[in-house]
Amino acid sequence: MRLSKRSALLLRLGVGVGLAFIYIPLIVLAIYAFNSSNILEWPPPGLTLDWFPKAVENEFAREAFVTSLKAGAAATAIAIVLGTLASLAVARHRFFGRETISFLVILPIALPGIVTGVALSNTFTQVLGVDLSLFTVIVGHATFCIVVIYNNVVARLRRVSTSFEEASADLGAHTWQTFRFVTVPNLKTALGAGALLAFGLSFDEIIVTTFTIGAGEETLPIWIFRNLFRPNQLPIVNAVAVIVVLISIFPVYLAHRLTREEGGAATARGGGKVEAEATAVP
Amino acid sequence: MRTQDAHPVRAAWLVVAGLLAFMLLIAGCGGGSDSSSGGEELSKLGKGEGEVNLISWAGYVEPEWSKPFEQKTGCKVNDKTAGTSDEMVQLMRTGQYDGVSASGNASARLVDGGDVAPVNVSLVPNYKTIFSDLKNQPYNTFDGTNYGIPHGRGANLLMWNSEDVKPAPTSWDVILDPKKAAKYKGKISAYDDPIYIADAAVYLKAHQPGLGIESPYELNEEQFEAAVNLLKEQRPYVGEYWSEAAKQIQAFAGGDSQVGTTWQYQYFELEGAGKPVAASPASQGFLPSEGATGWSDTWMISSEAKHPNCMYMWMDWIVSPQANAEVAEFFGEAPAQSLACDHTAEKDFCAKYHAENPAFWKRVYYWETPVADCGNGSSDCKDYNDWVQAWTSIKG
Amino acid sequence: MATEAVVERRSVGHRLAGLFHGRPRLQVGALLAGPVGWLVIGYLGSLAVLLIAGFWTVDPLSGEVVQGFSLENFETLVNEPVYRDIVGRTVLIAALVTVTDALLAFPIAFYMAKVASRRGKAILVVAVLVPLWSSYLVKALSWRTMLSSGGVIDWALNPLGLSGPGYGQTAVWLVMSYLWLPYMILPIFAGLERIPDSLISASEDLGASPFTTFRRVILPLAFPAVVAGSIFTFALTLGDYITPRLVSNDQFIGNVIFNNISNNLPLASALALVPIVVMVAYLMVARKLGAFEHI
Repeated sequence: MRLSKRSALLLRLGVGVGLAFIYIPLIVLAIYAFNSSNILEWPPPGLTLDWFPKAVENEFAREAFVTSLKAGAAATAIAIVLGTLASLAVARHRFFGRETISFLVILPIALPGIVTGVALSNTFTQVLGVDLSLFTVIVGHATFCIVVIYNNVVARLRRVSTSFEEASADLGAHTWQTFRFVTVPNLKTALGAGALLAFGLSFDEIIVTTFTIGAGEETLPIWIFRNLFRPNQLPIVNAVAVIVVLISIFPVYLAHRLTREEGGAATARGGGKVEAEATAVP
Repeated sequence: MRTQDAHPVRAAWLVVAGLLAFMLLIAGCGGGSDSSSGGEELSKLGKGEGEVNLISWAGYVEPEWSKPFEQKTGCKVNDKTAGTSDEMVQLMRTGQYDGVSASGNASARLVDGGDVAPVNVSLVPNYKTIFSDLKNQPYNTFDGTNYGIPHGRGANLLMWNSEDVKPAPTSWDVILDPKKAAKYKGKISAYDDPIYIADAAVYLKAHQPGLGIESPYELNEEQFEAAVNLLKEQRPYVGEYWSEAAKQIQAFAGGDSQVGTTWQYQYFELEGAGKPVAASPASQGFLPSEGATGWSDTWMISSEAKHPNCMYMWMDWIVSPQANAEVAEFFGEAPAQSLACDHTAEKDFCAKYHAENPAFWKRVYYWETPVADCGNGSSDCKDYNDWVQAWTSIKG
Repeated sequence: MATEAVVERRSVGHRLAGLFHGRPRLQVGALLAGPVGWLVIGYLGSLAVLLIAGFWTVDPLSGEVVQGFSLENFETLVNEPVYRDIVGRTVLIAALVTVTDALLAFPIAFYMAKVASRRGKAILVVAVLVPLWSSYLVKALSWRTMLSSGGVIDWALNPLGLSGPGYGQTAVWLVMSYLWLPYMILPIFAGLERIPDSLISASEDLGASPFTTFRRVILPLAFPAVVAGSIFTFALTLGDYITPRLVSNDQFIGNVIFNNISNNLPLASALALVPIVVMVAYLMVARKLGAFEHI
């Protein structure tokens, strides 16, 4: 698309402002990770590298990090199964209540976290009499991660022509074989990118987690919350946040590559332009 | 995969709806919020269970005395700090914790809700030497049954930045008299909890004796409205309502807050960081002229405690002379343990904090849960629900 | 390849497939059983159980929920002006945040989708997504220190004779706009990418100026994506209580729910119905506007 010089300039300005907005607070955060004092003042009185080794050595932080990884992995796995099932039903069949499924699936993420959290906590402890634990956290996370997978897969299924599946059936493959050899490969990248985003959602979630976690466990956000207001722990928290951000660059890049690397064959006619549906859903 | 309109699917949805309704029915009739029975008091102390989950005020559970406890008993301490009594009650109701350091505005609610169990003081050897004026008090003993072990007590302080606030205030009017409070508009720090209404009541007790306020927690319609209105007038001048101690520390350190109500814990932290803070001095008895609200905290055990033995061991440990001295000095409160006074690093710590002086505590109004029963025959006092709703409308 | 009739033992999978073949209803049922069970019975059921408490009352001392039917809570919510104020304030900020994010996100998304080179696009996508991974709490705290008196914002504005907004509703608006921005950028980016270049070229070939092309071709096609993004920014703001606590004294719906959860669950539940109703209405409008195709 051709843009006038002035429009191009304005556009770049807009992008610049946006990116500055996004990154300035992060830079401030990073600076505080080097803060030599416990009390937050600006500018920081001094700089030190001490907090990073302390962050890595901190047993609680490490445990919380691992717990978050576990919860995220499990929640994502469940979301993949349930999201794919639902999207297959919606994209490939017509039935009463089909419209409602899309609606239902987005509800957990559209309603305030505190409502979801308290509702689930209530059900676990009062109605089911189950103790809160990592399991209940996973259930809570999976519930709002489903939508991420579902939307990606539905979008992909709509784009992928059914003619391939029909051809496969005509050639003698039964339902599972078609699913395994034709449908799934088409979904792989959509699933991959969706999984990464779902994982990210679960990893940073605090509100629902607060209400569904047991006393002895901590996910990383819970650990951060606990230490956010302890004066001598605050810089460690900032250091941990910086470390996590740096670690996350690779998976995010991977997600983008996955969605870009689409085989042209399976996609229906839609011009060679890249479809980035995976990045479509936070 | 052909598409076809499917009537059986319609039927399936009906089944789902039915299950939903059924679930509602169960929740309504059977489940719902099941009040725990209140639990039994432990009769014998057994072996430690390996860990204990506590809810406490910031500064009550520090490695300095919790690590030796862990080494001695093998009970790993998991501590969750809460900023308000409301949070403590909420956490205790989940049944996921073994014990809590409850103030008076939580203890009664916990007992009535069946969330805590009576405490068998014979299993807590250090209880014998606790100051006698802390035993069998209305905030830890209910219907003659003991529900907890006293931890320590203190008053809510008036703290100010000595460089910005001159002259040094001697009364709460610096933040509660609208004319004076206006001077520090946007720099006042108030406690973010409905119980703060009692602070207004304490102020009015001294400045508007015509209202006839006796206890700041037993307020009739007229008294209550006066207190609430005072706080509504204060609202525009408040810079921050704090519930996390560290949040207030940052606010004072950064200059966002210059005067307000606080605990000794924040005062010590700021003083230690070299900030120019001051509080009512010992010569004034640490209190502004009207007196102050305060708290006397009790360690209580959950009725659903999964680690009761460790909890009893903790309760005994925290009121042992050495540990109680350490926590009292760290936090800045009067220890509950009489023998702790020989173990404090500062020789006259107990004298300074009036630990052995019951007369001093007459000017401190320990946090209590407001109830409708005014205690003098009438039952038209405002209850806790009224306080909570009023607080919502005060903050706006 | 084999033309002889081979009598093979069919695997279990094969037999199961046979069972489902030609029976679309069964297929649908099997596919949906899991998700529907989880979402409807587990999630909706939990919601319903919670919200039913909105029709009950509570004994103030023991905190016991009294299960008698009563509309007391709803009366309180309607009659007490403070609750109306709080709801109004929350919805207003949610709307402001949504509009702000849409305005901030569009240039970035447009650049990413239509202007950036392949490599530039990859860099930008990573640049936009990575902040999502840096803990909500730490970002909010970073803003709190930036907004404090003498913090970064004051420090930057003072030489110009201005001062920062400090804590308050402006702060909440700023921070929320910040936190949810990636959730708006991504759907718009995806939506813009879907617009074939050929359409834009055609518009230009027909003589439209870039601005007209933008207004008459791109914007309408991208609008559903904007709506899709707005669902997230609106919903996330509507329910948040942590940010208002950190950078203001103002109460939002989430704060009041949070404060009342332990003493007065019925009131909290009644109040929780408000954002639910608002979001359900919002979602229905969004669906009409085609957002669900573009999420």
